[in-house]
Amino acid sequence: MDTTIASISTALGSGAISIIRLSGPDALNIVNQIFKGKDLTKVESHTIHYGRIIEGTEQIDEVLVMVMLAPKTYTMEDVVEINCHGGIATTNKILELVIKKGAHLAEPGEFTKRAFLNGRINLIEAESVSDIIEAKSNKQRTMAMNGLNGRLTNIVKKLKEDILNIIANIEVNIDYPEYEDAIEITPNYLKEHLQSIEKNMELLLSNAKIGKIIKSGIDIAIIGRPNVGKSSLLNALLNEDKAIVTDISGTTRDIIEAKMNLNGIEINLIDTAGIRETEDIVEKIGVNKSKKMIDQADLVLLVLNNNEELTKEDKELLQEIQNKPHILFINKTDLPNKLELESKETIVKGNTTNLNGLEELKQKIIEMYNLDKIEEKDLTYLSNVRQITLVNNALENIQTAIQDAEKEIPIDMLEIHLRNAFDELSILIGEKYEDELVDKLFKNFCLGK
Amino acid sequence: MKYDIIVVGGGHAGCEAAHIASFMGKKTLLITMNKKNIADMPCNPSIGGTAKGVIVRDIDALGGLMGKIADKSHFQIKMLNSKKGPAVRSLRCQADKIEYPKNMLKALEETPNLEILEGMVEDLLVENNHIKGVVLKNKETIYSDALILTTGTYLKSNILRGSIITEGGPHGEARSNHLSDNLRRLGFTIQRLKTGTPPRIKASSIDFSKMSEELGDKKYYTFSHDNKPTYKLEEQQKCYLIYTNELTHQIILDNLDKSSMYGGYVTGIGPRYCPSIEDKIVRFKDKERHQLFLEPESTHYDEWYIGGFSTSMPEEIQEQMVHSLQGLEKAIITKYAYAIEYDAIDPLELKPTLETKKIEYLFTAGQINGTSGYEEAAGQGLLAGINAVVKLNKKDPLILKRNESYLGVLIDDLVTKGTSEPYRMLTSRAEYRLLLRHDNADLRLREYGHIYGTITEKMYQNYLKRKKEIEELKEFLNQTKLELTEETKEKFQEKGFHLPPNKTTFLELLKRPEITIEFLNTRKEIPFSEETKEIVSIDIKYEGYIKKCEKEIERMLKLEEKQIPYDIDYNKVKNLASEARQKLEKIRPLSIGQAARISGVNPADISILAVYLKKEYANE
Repeated sequence: MDTTIASISTALGSGAISIIRLSGPDALNIVNQIFKGKDLTKVESHTIHYGRIIEGTEQIDEVLVMVMLAPKTYTMEDVVEINCHGGIATTNKILELVIKKGAHLAEPGEFTKRAFLNGRINLIEAESVSDIIEAKSNKQRTMAMNGLNGRLTNIVKKLKEDILNIIANIEVNIDYPEYEDAIEITPNYLKEHLQSIEKNMELLLSNAKIGKIIKSGIDIAIIGRPNVGKSSLLNALLNEDKAIVTDISGTTRDIIEAKMNLNGIEINLIDTAGIRETEDIVEKIGVNKSKKMIDQADLVLLVLNNNEELTKEDKELLQEIQNKPHILFINKTDLPNKLELESKETIVKGNTTNLNGLEELKQKIIEMYNLDKIEEKDLTYLSNVRQITLVNNALENIQTAIQDAEKEIPIDMLEIHLRNAFDELSILIGEKYEDELVDKLFKNFCLGK
Repeated sequence: MKYDIIVVGGGHAGCEAAHIASFMGKKTLLITMNKKNIADMPCNPSIGGTAKGVIVRDIDALGGLMGKIADKSHFQIKMLNSKKGPAVRSLRCQADKIEYPKNMLKALEETPNLEILEGMVEDLLVENNHIKGVVLKNKETIYSDALILTTGTYLKSNILRGSIITEGGPHGEARSNHLSDNLRRLGFTIQRLKTGTPPRIKASSIDFSKMSEELGDKKYYTFSHDNKPTYKLEEQQKCYLIYTNELTHQIILDNLDKSSMYGGYVTGIGPRYCPSIEDKIVRFKDKERHQLFLEPESTHYDEWYIGGFSTSMPEEIQEQMVHSLQGLEKAIITKYAYAIEYDAIDPLELKPTLETKKIEYLFTAGQINGTSGYEEAAGQGLLAGINAVVKLNKKDPLILKRNESYLGVLIDDLVTKGTSEPYRMLTSRAEYRLLLRHDNADLRLREYGHIYGTITEKMYQNYLKRKKEIEELKEFLNQTKLELTEETKEKFQEKGFHLPPNKTTFLELLKRPEITIEFLNTRKEIPFSEETKEIVSIDIKYEGYIKKCEKEIERMLKLEEKQIPYDIDYNKVKNLASEARQKLEKIRPLSIGQAARISGVNPADISILAVYLKKEYANE
């Protein structure tokens, strides 16, 4: 890259220190022009220097400047970082100064893009970096770090190696048909070895689901007829009055979202408008939104009233959530029981008035998602749709190969599935050039001259 | 004297190059050191083998000679991998070392426009990076517009047995002392390679009673689709299988440092896939025995070849080694095994047409390009010949793609990846081999033969006829319905097959893995040739796999279509890794696809290059 880019690489306004980072051939020259202290072009690489940022004669801030020369830097270019005092005004002022001296304001992700283009990191690592930047909780950060330091890459490499071993054995069988030296590849040999690969891939994928939970939390939609106590449940779970609660049906007309924390996992609670036939236009929009939420949520919490018999609307809702993970919360157990349920549903009974059943409800959610078993130290997960899709494709190929082995399809035919699986994994860790991916990646970057 | 094309060297590459160039109408001169060595087979007495058999058919489909001559010259033939799978079946014949060269020489002598001259080429005439002709040892100059070098292992070759190093080529022929120096002077990178051959034994001194027989197939085959078999099944010669034993291994281990290889007398790099027996024993210490194949060299003299027993031991150790083998206790060695080292040019010096990048109209083919094997050489010779002619005619070159022919894979590998050891074709090198089968060589390539004028009208008609038959058989299978008679039901039950609904078409039935076309033939006769049945049933039975392969090819071709200008300045492509930049500069790939196959050029480099091309050439 010919240009030098700069940006503020810490969150603006929070924290005592802010960092302005520059990368590119002129990084050193640019900072040197506004730095009063040592001549930065004469210092050794990877050293820190105390001094002042000046504009003309005016002193802007006292800073520490870190000089890192190519190629041992994040972008493999010359990188300079200015540590200044965290105020918005000062930080912006310094950024403005370096831009005046010739640096370009970096686009989002441009440092990472350069690291990738310069061969410093592979694609999966580039993805992890953006994950780290977005990480909100500790677990998220650990997960992103694991992606970055190549743990995921190592797991995928091991899978590739296992597949390659089988391919190699097949090849020897084919290329040296008259020699006894090679192990003969029998359907049983294939099945046995492929099933172990299959198992490892499935593990990776089931971990990915946990990965998603850690990254984006669990979206729980609270649904039910009007006035069964959805908003009360939300408030009770949050232990605050987030939603307005009245005994007038249809009070909640839009969606109310709130976050709580369960075993370190973010839970997004979504309170919805009560679902019923209505002529009220505003309420109707709310009802439609609620129905949409059923589709979008990870888990549906259907609230029923203990004090009423099951209505037609309740039954419809029960029908609607059959294909989604769901829990029934039977509210108002402080009132006489009139509700009868025949099903084998997951049911929690309680009431928001006395705060009964809430702990049990939380426990049910924890059990459902094994939240108590998620450990921080081993969080090697596929963390985005692209990665999951590639592993899924590889898995499908392995499974087809296993079926073929059972049908005694000739090994030269069956092998194409193994090669495909191998390729998908290679694309995943950036060891195979894939046109579409690069196109997609660069669509987001400006490619002007 | 002036020719359109001169071919230097009369081995398998030279024969094909000279033949096709003259067939295509060019006045051609083949210069060989010795007419007796035309199409010589200095190593194994066979043609074909895994992958190589498909190459022979590919050569035949494009109008080359190897398949047709082999069909006339063998005494045993078999289909390898017939039990494994359709994509890897391959023919191999035991070719007679007298008959094959004799038949080849005859074919060349009958080729119009072709002259053969005995002589040794010492230097090349080059002006302004254009080839102008050759200088012979007797200082005679012969001019030509194009030149094809197919000098095999004769460049500065040394024969090694133990510590004894003799200058010379196979059979103790004179070596070419100056040509490789002159190539180096012209700026070519020269590398030193090594290969070897096992000892030969007098047939009458072998006790065959202790060995197991290896027979030819009980079915007729020809390499060429234009040929009818001319041999008799029952007259095929036997080969034999024997094993090394503990004593053999002990002799070798005790004398290891006496071999040229382990004694440190060899400087060239040998092939990993074709190791000497001492290599096998050192590398696979826990193997108790290794297979050896005893094969007759010819029906005209009584010498046998011990396949798998290549060595560079001194003669007296070879005696001990051979005598340790069962049935060879009293064997008389007629020719001792040897290792041979020779100069070859770095194939990265070549364009995909096999023309050198440094000197225009100079082409190279065969072992000089770092390959090994008669078939690999012949295939290159053929394509170098074709491309020399079309270049003189100012027409588009014939560059076969990786999904079209093993020859495409071979040449792409050579000019993209180079080779540091003698390159042998293996099926595993062909990622699209489901499509590169021996049964469809003509379907893949004869159209090219027709377009480029490398095949006769008769050969083209044969192909069209076969294509038509294939369509007819498909139609037949689609029309023919299975009647579920009591007898048919019984046959299905007998075989343990699931009963299909009545009147299921043969085409549908054939899709089932367990049902073969031979089985269907027992229900209703399918009046088509074996070859047609084979190709059609593969097409039907493995349709899904073939489609999957085609999808991959589509992906590959998309990258092949992204062309890189030949004169691109890689210094302007910022941020390429320095290794990648060097390789790209040297190899000058023609497309992003080819660039991606270069080792040392990683995907990040390719994305940088792709982005650069998009930016730089977007408006062109």
